[in-house]
Amino acid sequence: MADERPRWREDFPVRWDEDNYMTRRELAKFLTLGSGLLAGVNVLIAFIGLTGRAPAPPVTRIAAADEVAPGGSFLFRYPTGDDPCILVRDASGTFEAFSQVCTHLSCAVVHQPDVPALACPCHKGSFSTRDGRPLAGPPTRRLPRIVIEQRGADLVATGIEV
Amino acid sequence: MSELAFFIDYSRCIGCQACVQACEECDTHRGRSLIHLDTIERRDSVQTAPQVCMHCEDPICAQVCPADAIKQTAEGVVQSSLKPRCIGCSNCVLACPFGVPKYDGGVDQMMKCDMCYDRTSTGRRPMCATVCPSGALAFTTIEEIMRTRQGRAVNDWQFGDQHVRTKVFVLVPTEVTRVHVAVIPLSALRRSQPPADPYDVAALLEAH
Repeated sequence: MADERPRWREDFPVRWDEDNYMTRRELAKFLTLGSGLLAGVNVLIAFIGLTGRAPAPPVTRIAAADEVAPGGSFLFRYPTGDDPCILVRDASGTFEAFSQVCTHLSCAVVHQPDVPALACPCHKGSFSTRDGRPLAGPPTRRLPRIVIEQRGADLVATGIEV
Repeated sequence: MSELAFFIDYSRCIGCQACVQACEECDTHRGRSLIHLDTIERRDSVQTAPQVCMHCEDPICAQVCPADAIKQTAEGVVQSSLKPRCIGCSNCVLACPFGVPKYDGGVDQMMKCDMCYDRTSTGRRPMCATVCPSGALAFTTIEEIMRTRQGRAVNDWQFGDQHVRTKVFVLVPTEVTRVHVAVIPLSALRRSQPPADPYDVAALLEAH
């Protein structure tokens, strides 16, 4: 009996497990419900992003202001102990702080006071010490800036601007 | 112990309609019973016979379906028609030798017994077999049936020249190994006037 099965029977089998045909309506239903679900999840994510509040960044003491000479730099960690940052003081005495993680491939940038710049030794990337923008090399995004504030004799970090 | 199977013992049926009511309760086709409780020679007898789908090994209803709407599962259960596919042509209604599939005009679809696939596929008994008070419908093992019943459980049928094997067993006298059903060709009926059926209730009502 099975040997006499006509060719068309393979496309329209009686056995359920051999049946791979999907009707147009089933496909349309799948596409509609799938797209609806995707859109709904996007709206939900946007809603959470708009209304959800990120926890306030910690306030951390970095160093005493007079520990860093003009043209010098100081390494610290902010906001957690796993996030290396660099504090730089330019010749005029202004403080700026940035993440020390290069935005190209996450090498640690080093301060070059004579340029002045924050240079990444891995691929010769270079960032401005004034605002962290990439000046040369492969990086295209600027270094996250650490907001610092002077409280009495101490410098404290109060937030991050990505 | 062999696997669970469905057994019909027509002689035990008492016509209580419990199976019909239980079938109606099912959520997958609520309000519509898919088991047929047939009367046998109603003028002279109160005998009734329940008819569930026999689940043929080579289901003719699925073979004749032009819309590819009737499917047989790996367990051999022949499903009711698939709603997106059934075109309501009633080919299966005409083809089934047991008279199981019925066309439902309300939903424009053929609906038939699927041996409570939602229940039996998870090891539970079909609704009708759970409620039958006389054991006319039983969902158990062949060993249990042989131990508790007289006669023989067969699933071989002969309709004229057509041999049919079914998943569902019926209990018959021990000497019977295959149920033979005489088939009268339509051409023979047309040539001669069919004999008057003494059990034709409609004719009886007209006569009075």
